[in-house]
Amino acid sequence: MGAPVATPPAAPPPGGSPTKPGKAAVEGSATWRLTDRIGLAICWALGLLFCAIAVAIAVYLFLQGIKYLRPSMLVTPASAGFTQSESGGFSDALFGTLIVAVMGIAIALPIGIGIAVWLVEYGRPAGLARVTESTIEAIAGIPSIVLALFGTVIFSSTALGFLSRSSDGVVFGRSFFAASVMLSLVALPLVVASTREGLNSIPRHVREASYAVGKTKAATTRRILIPASRPQIATGAMLGLGRIIGDTAIIVVLLGATQNFAPVEGAAFPFNYLRGAGTTLTNFVYEASPTGNLNQPEKAYAAAFVLLLMVLALNAAVDVVHRRARKVGAWSS
Amino acid sequence: MEFVTPPPPPIRRLELEDVKAAQQVAPPAQNGNGNGSAAASPGGFTGARRSIGAPQFSIRRMEIDDVSVSYSDREAVKSVSLPVRQGEVLAMIGPSGCGKTTLLRSLNRLTELTSTATLRGRILLDDVDITQIEPTLLRRRVTMVFQQPNPFPMSVFDNIAYVLREQGSRRQRKKTLEPKVHSALDRAGLFEEVKDNLDHPALKLSGGQQQRLCIARALAAEPEVLLLDEPCSALDPQSTQVIEDLIVKLRDDVAVVIVTHNLQQAYRIADHVAFMYLGELVEYNSATALFGSPREQRTQEYVSGAFG
Repeated sequence: MGAPVATPPAAPPPGGSPTKPGKAAVEGSATWRLTDRIGLAICWALGLLFCAIAVAIAVYLFLQGIKYLRPSMLVTPASAGFTQSESGGFSDALFGTLIVAVMGIAIALPIGIGIAVWLVEYGRPAGLARVTESTIEAIAGIPSIVLALFGTVIFSSTALGFLSRSSDGVVFGRSFFAASVMLSLVALPLVVASTREGLNSIPRHVREASYAVGKTKAATTRRILIPASRPQIATGAMLGLGRIIGDTAIIVVLLGATQNFAPVEGAAFPFNYLRGAGTTLTNFVYEASPTGNLNQPEKAYAAAFVLLLMVLALNAAVDVVHRRARKVGAWSS
Repeated sequence: MEFVTPPPPPIRRLELEDVKAAQQVAPPAQNGNGNGSAAASPGGFTGARRSIGAPQFSIRRMEIDDVSVSYSDREAVKSVSLPVRQGEVLAMIGPSGCGKTTLLRSLNRLTELTSTATLRGRILLDDVDITQIEPTLLRRRVTMVFQQPNPFPMSVFDNIAYVLREQGSRRQRKKTLEPKVHSALDRAGLFEEVKDNLDHPALKLSGGQQQRLCIARALAAEPEVLLLDEPCSALDPQSTQVIEDLIVKLRDDVAVVIVTHNLQQAYRIADHVAFMYLGELVEYNSATALFGSPREQRTQEYVSGAFG
């Protein structure tokens, strides 16, 4: 969370004149020009405002979540019912989130690392590398609803019928497979960016030290460079996971946005679920909110609370990874 | 001008006019080899030479034959010819940007990693042109230690084991590698200090230990030539001394080439010294001769601290 970056424009310190010996080492903002002080005050206020908004969201959802979340909701699927007590929980949505998260990042991670390694370590032909770079940036900028629409075109093709429900040559095109593939595109730019950052932070002489004992580029990459950028890769994966978990558009369009799992009959165990439609927490929150079909805001709060906890846990994990990386030490460049 | 006559302090900065004066005055004073005591100790290099003794033997291992290296259109090394001998330490000295590191890196074809670099001339390793040797094989025979200590981000043991294992594979068991890892650490004089912490992260060692680990890593490949690129410039004096002792000890097993900015260091450990300036090899001679009675005017000025 954006902490204020500078000290507040405090009242002039006691005995503010720099006559006191040994006190004038740190310049206080009280000695600044008025315009600078006003600017600092604005920055400071904006920082505080931002913190206040974030804290408000967290506190509000926390209170609502604790009020409405029942442990049973985590294990019972949604069901049709006239009252809120009859309509079950959101276990299918919770599992759906976990499934798309695991599958999405499992696709994005190896591809993202591969692209980053190629861009940083090889980068030739230079033209292709430049094009790839801007393509990745473009993907990062494309709204996920556009990716979702594009995904329906791809996954409704008969050639990819085995990835979703299909009957009589008509391909439904909505499944965990389809959603995960498109969601991996959402995470990909983050993985590529942080892996590149990690690789770029390794001094040149470290690579050369590996070449200088007769190692090939491939061996160096595999045994030195990727392990050395593991903290950044992990960060990218966490951020990517956060984006996947938080995405709604692709879920609505490409996962079918059902209330429950809709496994495909006649397929073997994991595939019947993965080829079928489903739902995730984000979709459940949308449906349960007053605009959605379910209109049961209490459960929306409960699900949103769970979602928030997952995202906060990911942020905490990023912190842990960074702290552990600091323990291993680093090269002087 | 009286600044020539008394033995000057080790590193001396002269004003530009004095340099000109030195150039004008020096030739008569320093021409000819045995020309008085002033010329014999130009940089205060008296008695500082460690008692390393003359080399027991010396075998010619590498031959640099009329080598020029250019980056794009800038020529960094201009037709240099030098022998590299086992049993001796060869030091390359010269001001920054004079091409000594480039020359060193071309000895194991590391310059080829820079896409703009081109090399002319021949470099022979045991009479075989190094361009005929597969780079990874060559770099196992001619290993290199860098200016910054750069252990790999893994344990002390794995740093050495990485070199011993086949390309990136992990197949070999720890047990079978252990003796070789220990002996490499031992040759670098590090084993006693780290033997209880072989699985500690290498980047947590002190700077001097890290650099000795890098030397151990370079030795683990059982090279024939060891290249050192200013290995002590990031280290404190004590670690420097440990590493200098080590380098002298190693000269019988491998041919040692060291690039250094530190003239005292070259004087202390080298048997032969090559002085380079602006890409040219100005003078190649035994350390005693080069520091005691340099043949070339520029060498004389450089070792006395007139520039560089």
